[in-house]
Amino acid sequence: MAKKIPQINASSMADISFLLLIFFLVTTSMDVNQGLARRLPAPIPPDQKVEDKDINKRNLLVVKINSANQLMVQGQLMDVKQLRERAKEFIKNEQNVDYYPKLVEEDFGAPFGVVKYTKDHVISVQNDVDTQYQAYLEVQNELVAAYNELREECAQKYFHKAYNELDEDQQKQIQKIYPQKISEAEPKNYGN
Amino acid sequence: MAKIRRNEKREMPALNTSSLPDIIFMLLFFFMSVTSMKEVSYKVQFKNPQATELTKLEKKSLVRYIYVGTPTAEFRKQYGAETRIQLDDAFAETKEIGEYIVNERSSMKESEQGLMTVSIKADKDTKMGIIADIKQELRRAYALKISYAATQRTSY
Repeated sequence: MAKKIPQINASSMADISFLLLIFFLVTTSMDVNQGLARRLPAPIPPDQKVEDKDINKRNLLVVKINSANQLMVQGQLMDVKQLRERAKEFIKNEQNVDYYPKLVEEDFGAPFGVVKYTKDHVISVQNDVDTQYQAYLEVQNELVAAYNELREECAQKYFHKAYNELDEDQQKQIQKIYPQKISEAEPKNYGN
Repeated sequence: MAKIRRNEKREMPALNTSSLPDIIFMLLFFFMSVTSMKEVSYKVQFKNPQATELTKLEKKSLVRYIYVGTPTAEFRKQYGAETRIQLDDAFAETKEIGEYIVNERSSMKESEQGLMTVSIKADKDTKMGIIADIKQELRRAYALKISYAATQRTSY
């Protein structure tokens, strides 16, 4: 006759798993690591003189944020919600007006062909020492959004696909047409 | 004829709890998969700002964090209510960031050193002065890939 194996008492199993559950609830956090990815410019070597790069005035979009978180674009007070459209207009310069950046024709190869684009445009963001971080990030966010929207439009136009569905080479090509050029000056006291 | 039994003791049947561990384990696995380990215990408190154009930080091992905010209640007595920087588990000065980055980078694999990302987790009410100082330090330490930690904004 087979020996009967006594049943293991599993009633404490629930307690053990409860303990584990509570441990994980305490030590982990729900938040996902998301963020606005940016790239800082490389540092200037100390022996190198800072050259005043001559940027044509029409190629420059100056965005200033003061200590009261007010936004000024090219000397005009503006709401942050309008910034995206303004930046897109500036980067594209579809009407080829003379106060927006100069259009340069360049051959980007298939499937683009010769494309007119604003090669030398620069968006300069200047903020005050007392500017609130949220306000600064909103401005950065809108500018990045402007670029993302333009790249998306470009992807739809030439590839009939969403930008993030394209392969790396295609994305790089589009990035060449819409290069992200956001320059940040060191903060100054603009006062208010 | 039916007999009404009143005085007889009626026992409640024992509840079968044999599936309880399974249920709890399921919960446990759910939480293990949706949450992530806290990197450090926070000594500063901060509320992430909001933005829309967010990207996820891909590889955990490549990310280093800089926390910026006011000290939590237990440290306020010692450190005051001014905005402070936290690196790893301790408060730090802006000057120490460069050294921290260099140390962290040298502890990484050589092939991955260029991919290091610094995530700045700052309170949304922080003044830009301190953020700009941090950015200058990071530039000097050649940690050029940065990410401003933020939460997704759903509406204006």
